[in-house]
Amino acid sequence: MLTIRNLRVSINNKEILKGVNLEVKAGEVHAIMGPNGTGKSTLASVIAGRDIFEITEGEVTFNGKDLSDLSVDERAAEGIFLGFQYPVEIPGVSITNFMRTAVNEQRKYKGLDPMPASEFLAKMEEKKKMLDIHAKLANRSVNEGFSGGEKKKNEIFQMAMLEPKLAILDETDSGLDIDALKIVANGVNMLRRPDNAFLVITHYQRLLDYIVPDIVHVLYDGRIVRSGGKELALELEEKGYEWIKSEVEK
Amino acid sequence: MEETILTIKESLLSHFRQNRKLLGKADNQRIAGLREEALEYFNEQGFPDIKQEKWRNTDISKVLERSYSFQVEPPQYNTNSEKLFRCEVPGFDTLSVTVLNGWYVNGSTRLNYYENGMIVGSLRAAFEELPELVEKHYGRYADFKVHGLAALNTALAMDGIFIYLPDNVVAEKTLQMVSVINANEDTMIQLRNLIILGKNSKLTLVQCDDSIDDHRSFINTVSEFSLGENAKLDHYKLQNKNDRSALLNTSWFNLDKFANLSTNGISLNGGFIRNETYATLAGSGANADIYGLYLMDRNQHIDNQVFVDHAVPDCTSSEMFKGILDDHASGVFNGHILVRKDAQRTNAYQNNKNILISDKAVVDTKPFLEIYADDVKCSHGATVGQLDQEAMFYLRSRGISYENARMLLMYAFAAEVVNKISIESLRNRIDDLVKKRLRGELSICDQCVLHCNASEQRAMFKIDMSRI
Repeated sequence: MLTIRNLRVSINNKEILKGVNLEVKAGEVHAIMGPNGTGKSTLASVIAGRDIFEITEGEVTFNGKDLSDLSVDERAAEGIFLGFQYPVEIPGVSITNFMRTAVNEQRKYKGLDPMPASEFLAKMEEKKKMLDIHAKLANRSVNEGFSGGEKKKNEIFQMAMLEPKLAILDETDSGLDIDALKIVANGVNMLRRPDNAFLVITHYQRLLDYIVPDIVHVLYDGRIVRSGGKELALELEEKGYEWIKSEVEK
Repeated sequence: MEETILTIKESLLSHFRQNRKLLGKADNQRIAGLREEALEYFNEQGFPDIKQEKWRNTDISKVLERSYSFQVEPPQYNTNSEKLFRCEVPGFDTLSVTVLNGWYVNGSTRLNYYENGMIVGSLRAAFEELPELVEKHYGRYADFKVHGLAALNTALAMDGIFIYLPDNVVAEKTLQMVSVINANEDTMIQLRNLIILGKNSKLTLVQCDDSIDDHRSFINTVSEFSLGENAKLDHYKLQNKNDRSALLNTSWFNLDKFANLSTNGISLNGGFIRNETYATLAGSGANADIYGLYLMDRNQHIDNQVFVDHAVPDCTSSEMFKGILDDHASGVFNGHILVRKDAQRTNAYQNNKNILISDKAVVDTKPFLEIYADDVKCSHGATVGQLDQEAMFYLRSRGISYENARMLLMYAFAAEVVNKISIESLRNRIDDLVKKRLRGELSICDQCVLHCNASEQRAMFKIDMSRI
C-alpha cells in the first residue's frame, strides 16, 4: 500500500530524514517509535503532503501512485489520513460542515455525487455512537476550545467519517489520560480492516498496549534503525532509548 | 470632460447661490442659518484632503476630478419605479421606502401616518408637516464641522427619509430604506435622513445603498438618529455599489438613558466607500454595538471611521470590524473611543481584524482610546494577517480543495460579524450574499441588494452553512 524508498527530507537546509525505507501492506498496523526530535512527525507530514519540507531524495508511493504528483487534498481523497499531533482550531466552521465538505469533496474526486444530507447525518450519528462522542461536540466549531482529549477524539471521529485506506496517527496518545487513550485506541481497533492500514507514531509504549501493532520500527536520527514485532516495543520500554542510541553508535 | 477640484467647489458654491430659494423653502430661521454657516465652512475648508489626519489614507481627490450634475427638483420618474425597487426577502416582512437619486419616490409626497403612531416619509414633507419635531432634532446631532463634505451636505441637502416613532411604539415590520442611483449622467447627491425614536420605542431599520447602472455617482449622506430613553434601534447598512461610485455615509447617533443601539454595516462592493459612525452615549445606561464587515477587491476602497463618545457614566460600547481585502483593494479603520472625565464605570471594547488575500492589498488600522475617567474598562485590538496556513493544511488534509479551504476560512472569518444580525431571515440572506461575494458570484444587482426572485437559487456552497 505505502512504499517509502530512501526518503531524504530537509527543512531550511537541515536534513531531518536521512534515508527512510518503509513498506506498509493492507491489513497491517505499524508503529513508529523513537525519541523526540528524530523525525517521526516530519515523516507523517511529508506523507500527508505538507509543503514546508523539501524532499531531496527518494520517493513515496501509495497504491502505485507517486505521491509527489498529488496535492494534499488529492492524497486525502486517495485515502491517506493524518491524525494531527496538534489539531488546529478553526473558529466559525462546525465539525458537521467541515466533515460534510470533506466527505463530498472526496466523493467528487472519485466521481461520485454528494452524499444525501440524511445519509450523511445518519453516518455522523453512527460514528459518534461508535466512538462515544457526544452530540454537542459535533455542532461546535472545529476544535475551538476543546480539551486535549476532545481534540484527539475528534481526530479519530474524522478518521471514522472519512474511512481512509491508510491512517497515520501522529502522537495521538500525547496528553491523554488513560480513559481518553482507551477511547482513541478502541476507535482504531474498531476501524481495523483487512483492506486498510495504520501507521501509529508514538513516543511511549503505553498506546501499544491497546493498539497491538504487527510491526514496530524505531526511528532514530532520521533513519529506521530497527524493525521487529510487538516485542520490540516492550524491549524499548524496558531498556529505554539510551539502549537504541548505544546500539546505533556502536 | 474633466474638471479640477476647484471647479467642482466653485460650481457647488454657485449652485447654492442660484438655488438658494429652492434649497431652504421650508427652513425655519435656525436651519436657514445652519445652511449659511455650513456653506461658509465649506467655502473656507473645501473638500477633505490627505493632509488631514482622518483622511490621510483615503484620497477623495480622484472622485472629485469628475464633473457631476446636481438636481434641485425631484426627478420625473415613471409609474413603475415602485415596482422596480421592491425588495423581497422570503420570510422578511418589510416596509420599504426608496430614495431615487436622493429624492423620496414612494407615491405620495406627503408623510404616511400609521395607526400605531409611526410616521414615515420624505424629509421635505416633514419640514412642512412637522416643523416642531424637525426643529427639535434636525442638525442637533450632526456636527458639520467634522469635514467639508458634512458641511456641504448641511448646506445643500433637500430630501431624504424621515422616520418618527412616538414614545412606547414598537415598529413590528422592519423598515427598509433604499437609496438607488439611476441617472443618465454622473450625479452628485446630498442625501439627508432624520430618524427619531421616542421613549421605549423599538425599530429595526435596514439601510441599503445600491447602484442599478454603471454611471458614476457620488452620494454624500448625512443621517441623524435620536434614540430616546430606553429606545432600541437595530440598524443595518448594506452596501453594494458599482466600482465607479463613491459613497460617503455619515451617521450620527444620540443615545439617551438606557437606549440601545446596534448598527452593523455590511460592505460588499463599491469603488469608494467611507462610513463614518458617531455615537454619543448621552444618558447613563446606554449601550452601542457597532459592527462592520467589508469584502473588497479589485481597486475598491473602504474606510470605516468610528467615534464613540462616552459622555456620561455607566455606558457600554463594543465595536467589531472585520475585513477581507483582495487584489489592489485598500481599507482603513479608524476607531476612536472618548471617555470623558465624568464617564465612570464605562465599559468599551473595540476590535478590527483584517485578512489580506493578495500582497497588493493594504489596510491601515488605527484603534485609539482617549480616556479621562479613572474607573473604566476599555480594550482594543487590531490585526492584519493572511489566511492561517496551519488551518489551510488541516482542511486540505481532509480532502478539501485549496479553493474551498480558502473560501471556508474566509467565510468563517466573516461569519463572526454576520452572526450578530439578529433577524434570522435577514441574517440568512446576508449570509448568502457574503458567500456569493466570496465566490466571486455577486454582481452589482440590477435591483436592490436584498432583491431576490423566488426563482433565484440559494448560493450553494456544497456545505450547508446554515448549521455553522
